[in-house]
Amino acid sequence: MFGAAGKSSAYPLGINPAILLVAVFLLGYPLFASDFFTFQIGAYSLILGTIALSLTMLAGYGGMVSLAQMTVAGFAAYVMAILGTNSVGVMGLGWPWWLTAAIAILGAALLSTFIGAISARTEGIYTIMITLAIAVAFFYFVRQNYVIFNGFTGFAGIEPPTLFGVYWRDPMPFYYLCLAVAAFFYFAVLYGSRSSFGLGLQAVRDNPRRVRALGINVFSHRVVAYFYAGAIAGTAGVLLVWFNGRVSPGLVGVDMVIDILVIAVIGGLGAPIGPFLGAVAFVLLENFAIDLIDRERFNTVIGLAFLLIVLFSPDGMLGLWRRAESRIRLPRANALWGARANRDDWHSASSPKRM
Amino acid sequence: MQRRTLVVLGVVLFAAALLWLIFAVWPDWLIDAIGRKKTFVTTLLNGVTLGGLYFLVASGFTLVFGLMRNVNLAHGSMYLLGGYIGYEVAEATGSWFFGLAVAFLVIAVSGILLQVAIFRRMEGDELRQTLVTIGISIIAADLMLAVWTGTTYQFDTPEGLYGAVVLPVISVIKSSGAPVFIKYPMYRLTVLGVAVAVGIGLWVFLNRTRVGMMVRAGVNDREMLAASGVNVQLVFALVFAIGAGLAGFAGVVGGTALSIAPGEDIRYLLASLVVVIVGGLGSVTGAAIGALLIGLAEQFGLAYFPTYAVVLTFVIMVGVLAIRPQGIMGTR
Amino acid sequence: MLQITRNTLLAAAVLAIASPAAAQDTIKMGGLATLEGAFAAPGQDGIRGIQMALEEVNSMAGGKKIELITGSSDASPASAIRATRKLVEQDGVQIMVGPLSGSEGLAVKDYAKTKPNVTFINGTSAAQDTTLRNPAPNFFRFSTEGAQWMAGLGEYAYNVKKYRKVAVLAEDYSFPYTQVFGFLEPFCRLGGKAPADARFWVPIGNKDYSSVIAALPDDVDAIYVALGGADAINFLSQYQQAGGELPLIGGSITVDQTVLGSKGKIRETVIGTPSAGPISDTWDDPRWAAFVAQYKKMFAGKGGFPSPSLFAHGYYINAKAALLALDKVNGDLSDGGKKLRAALASLKFETPTGMVSLDERRNAIADIFLTEVVEGPGGNLVNKTIGVTNQVSQTFGLPYEQFLKYGQVSRTNPPCN
Repeated sequence: MFGAAGKSSAYPLGINPAILLVAVFLLGYPLFASDFFTFQIGAYSLILGTIALSLTMLAGYGGMVSLAQMTVAGFAAYVMAILGTNSVGVMGLGWPWWLTAAIAILGAALLSTFIGAISARTEGIYTIMITLAIAVAFFYFVRQNYVIFNGFTGFAGIEPPTLFGVYWRDPMPFYYLCLAVAAFFYFAVLYGSRSSFGLGLQAVRDNPRRVRALGINVFSHRVVAYFYAGAIAGTAGVLLVWFNGRVSPGLVGVDMVIDILVIAVIGGLGAPIGPFLGAVAFVLLENFAIDLIDRERFNTVIGLAFLLIVLFSPDGMLGLWRRAESRIRLPRANALWGARANRDDWHSASSPKRM
Repeated sequence: MQRRTLVVLGVVLFAAALLWLIFAVWPDWLIDAIGRKKTFVTTLLNGVTLGGLYFLVASGFTLVFGLMRNVNLAHGSMYLLGGYIGYEVAEATGSWFFGLAVAFLVIAVSGILLQVAIFRRMEGDELRQTLVTIGISIIAADLMLAVWTGTTYQFDTPEGLYGAVVLPVISVIKSSGAPVFIKYPMYRLTVLGVAVAVGIGLWVFLNRTRVGMMVRAGVNDREMLAASGVNVQLVFALVFAIGAGLAGFAGVVGGTALSIAPGEDIRYLLASLVVVIVGGLGSVTGAAIGALLIGLAEQFGLAYFPTYAVVLTFVIMVGVLAIRPQGIMGTR
Repeated sequence: MLQITRNTLLAAAVLAIASPAAAQDTIKMGGLATLEGAFAAPGQDGIRGIQMALEEVNSMAGGKKIELITGSSDASPASAIRATRKLVEQDGVQIMVGPLSGSEGLAVKDYAKTKPNVTFINGTSAAQDTTLRNPAPNFFRFSTEGAQWMAGLGEYAYNVKKYRKVAVLAEDYSFPYTQVFGFLEPFCRLGGKAPADARFWVPIGNKDYSSVIAALPDDVDAIYVALGGADAINFLSQYQQAGGELPLIGGSITVDQTVLGSKGKIRETVIGTPSAGPISDTWDDPRWAAFVAQYKKMFAGKGGFPSPSLFAHGYYINAKAALLALDKVNGDLSDGGKKLRAALASLKFETPTGMVSLDERRNAIADIFLTEVVEGPGGNLVNKTIGVTNQVSQTFGLPYEQFLKYGQVSRTNPPCN
C-alpha cells in the first residue's frame, strides 16, 4: 500500500532510503525547530493525523466512512477530565493518570464499537449519515449535560503527568510522545492491513456479498475494525487533551468532525501516511493562513481544497504523487475509488433491495 | 388475525385517550401529575407543526435518495440559501408569496446544475458524491456568511396569517365558570397545512402521473427503466429539481415560522438525516412518519425536560436502527 | 514518495527556521478576536476598537512604534489558545489584547500563567472567574464583566417598576448565569422572588420557544430574559405572536442594537423593556459622542456598524490602557514587562464611558448604564439612557471574602425563593 515499501528487499539494509530520510527528519525535527513549531505544528499535526488515521483505516480498508472518529477521540478526552484531575470543580475524581488513560482509551474503543454496531448493519452511505447524526447528538449532549460533562464550559486544568523527571507537556518530550504514538499506530495499521483480518476487511469492503457467501461474518469484521479504530482515536484523544489542557463541546463540534474528514481526504485515504500529510497541510494552513490571506474566508479555502481533491484527485495528495509516478510506471489500481467502480459491486450496492 | 385485532384495538384506545386529553377539562390529579393542560396541548401542536416543517425538508432529501442513491449532505445549505433568497426577494418586492416561489425556483435550478455538472459525472460512485456534497456545504456556509453575515433574518409573516387563533379547546374553567380557550399562532397551523398539501401532492405525483410512474420504476430498477427507452437523465434532473426546490421552499416557510441564521443549515441537515434514518431512506411515507415522531419528541423534550431533549431524539434513532436498520418504512 | 515528502518537509523546515528578528524600536502588540465563523462580525468590530486606539496616538507609544498583529479564533477556547500561542511564541508579541468571549478569556488567563513575561489585556470576555478566582498576575481587564453589567437593574425593577416576583428565561451556560446572578442579587436582597420552578434554562441556539412560552407561569409580574442574538429575536417575536402580555426585563445582549435592528415583529413586546450594560448608544455625553464620531469617521462605509458595538468599546478601552501604560514606562519592556504591568495596575483614565481603574485582582471598576427601549425619532427602536451607576466594582462594593460566599454562578444562585 505504501509507495515502494513493499519491495523493501531491493534496497541496502532492506530499508527504502526515502523512509530512512523521513525517519531521520522526524526524529531530529525538534533539534532545529522552535518550541512553537515543535509543539503547535509538529505535535498537533501528529495528533490530528492519528485521529484521521483511524478514519483512513475504516474508510480506506473497510469502506466505512465514519464521521464519529472525532467524537470518539473527544470522548476519551472527556474521560481524562472526568476521572482524572481538572480545575473547574466538577467531577475530577483524581484517579492516577495511567488508570485514567487506560480507561479513556478502552472506553473510546467501546464507544466506537457501539457506533460500529449501530451503523455496520447498514451499507455504504448510510454509515456517513448515522455517524454524522451520532456525532452531532454527542455534541449537543455534552453541551447540555452539566452533571457529568459540565456543559458549555467543559473542563480545564487537565495536566499530563510528570514522569522520569520530565514534564510531558514541554514541547520536546510531548512531540516525541506524539511521534511514538503516531508511529506505533502507523505501523500497526500498515502491518494490520496485511494480516488475515486486514485482508478480510478489504474483501468486505470490495464485495460484502461475496465475502458473506464464503462464510465470513461481515458484521463482526466491521465491528472489530471499529474497535481498533476507536483505540487509535481514543489514544489520540488522550494526547489531545494533554495538548490543549482542556476540553469543551467545541472539540467535538461539527466543524472539528468535518475537519478530520477533510484531513483524511486531502491527505489520501489510500494509505496510512495520507492522514499525516493531510494533517501537516491543514495545521500549517490553519496557523499561517492569517498571514497570507484574509482569515475570514479560511473555511472557503479549506472547502475548496477538499472539493478539488474529491473531484480531481480522489486519492488525495498521495494520488497526486502517484499519478506523477505512473507516467513512468504502469497505472496502479487505486485502493478506494477503484474498488468502488467495480461494476459488480456497483450493481449490488445500487439495487434497492440492499437499502 | 388475533394479533391484528389487538393492534387495531390499541390504536383506537390510544386515539381515544389522546382526544380525551385534548378536549376534556383536566381533573386536578392529572394536572398534578403532568402539569397544566395548556402546556400539553400547545406542545402537542408544536410537535405536529414542527413535524410538518421537518417533512418539507426531509421529503426532498429522501426523494432524491430514493431514485439516485445520492445522499445530498448539502441539503441543509439549500434550505438556508432558499431562506436567504426568499428573504431578499420578499424584501425587494414586498410579496412573501413571490419570495417563496423564487426561492423554490432558484434552488430547484441550482439542484439541476449540481446534478448535471457534478453528480452525473460520478454516477454509481455514491461515496464520492457524498463527499462532494460535504465540500459544497462547507464552501456554501462560508460564502453565505460572507454575504448575509451572522445576522438573524426574520420574514414578515404575510397578512392574514399573522397572530393567534382561538382553538375550540378549553384550557381551564375559571372560578367564575367562564371557560378559557387555548390560543395558537395561525402561521404554525398554516405550516402544517402546507406540509400536508405537499405530502398529498407528492403522493399524487408519484402514484397518478406518468412521470411519477417512471420515477417509481427507476427506484425499483434503474437499468431496466433506461432500457425501456425512458430518458433517465431527464427524470433524474426533474427529481433533483423537485427535491432541491422543496428544500428552498422549506427555507422560506421555516424561516418565517422561526428565523434564518448561520448554523440553520446544519440543524436542518441533521433533522433530515434523523428523519430519514428513522422513517426509512427513500420513502416519502417514511419521511412523514419520521418527521412527526422527531417533531413531537423534540417539542415534548423541550417542554418537559429541556436539558435532555436531544437525547430523546437520539434514543428514538438508535432504537429504530436496532430493531429495523432500514427504518420504519424502509425496504431492504 | 520521496520527492513530495522532501518538498513538503523542506517547506516546513524553512518556515520553522525563518523566525523574523524583532527590531528594537517597535513593540509588537497582538490583537485576538473571533474573525471567523458566526461571531466574525463582533470580532471585526473588536479589532476596529484597537485600530481606533492606535489611530489616536498615530501608532506610537512610549517613543516606540506599535505594530499590531491580529490573531483569529472561532470562539472556542482551544482555538483561542492556539491563536494566542502563535501570537506569543511565533510572532513574538509582548502585549496581547483579547479575547472576545467568556470561555476564551478563562483559557487565555490559564495560558497567561505559563508566560509571565508577556502582558495580557482582555478584549471583551466577560466571565467572572477570569479575574475573580485564581487570577493570573499578568492578565488585566479594563472592561467590565457580565454581573457588573447588570448593576442597577435589580434595584430599578424592585423600586421603580415595583416588581415583586419574576420568572427567568435564559440560555443554559455560564454567561447568562452570570447575568441572572447580577440581576437577582440586588433584586432578591430587596425582597423580590424568583422561585426555581419559574426559571427556564433553554439550550443555546434554541429556535422554537413556543413550548417554553406555553409553560411560563401567569402569576409573576415580569419575565427576566437573558438570551442573545438570534435566540433573543426568536423568543421576542414568538412571544409577541403568541399574544404574551407580561412585561420583560432584558439582559445586556437581549435588547441590544443587533436585536432591536432586526426585522422581526418585536415592537410591542420590547418597548419599555429596561436593561443594563457597559455602553448606551444614546448617551448624550460629549466623550461618548466624540468616540462615536471618530468611529464613524474611520469606518463608515468600510464595513463598520452604524454605531460602535460593545466589542469595539471593550477592545478600545483595553488597547488604550496598554498604550497609556507604555507611555508611562517610555516603552521600556527590557525587564520582561514588569514596569509595564506595575503601570497598568495603577492606571486610572478617562474613557468614552467614564473613569476606569482596576481593583487588586486587575478587574475594571467602571460606570454601567441603565437603559430602556423606546421608539426613536425615526420610528426605529433605541435604548434610552435612564441612569448611570457610577464606579461599579466586581464585588458590588462588598469585601472580597464576603462576596466569595455567594459561590460560583449557577442556575440556582442566588436561591431567592
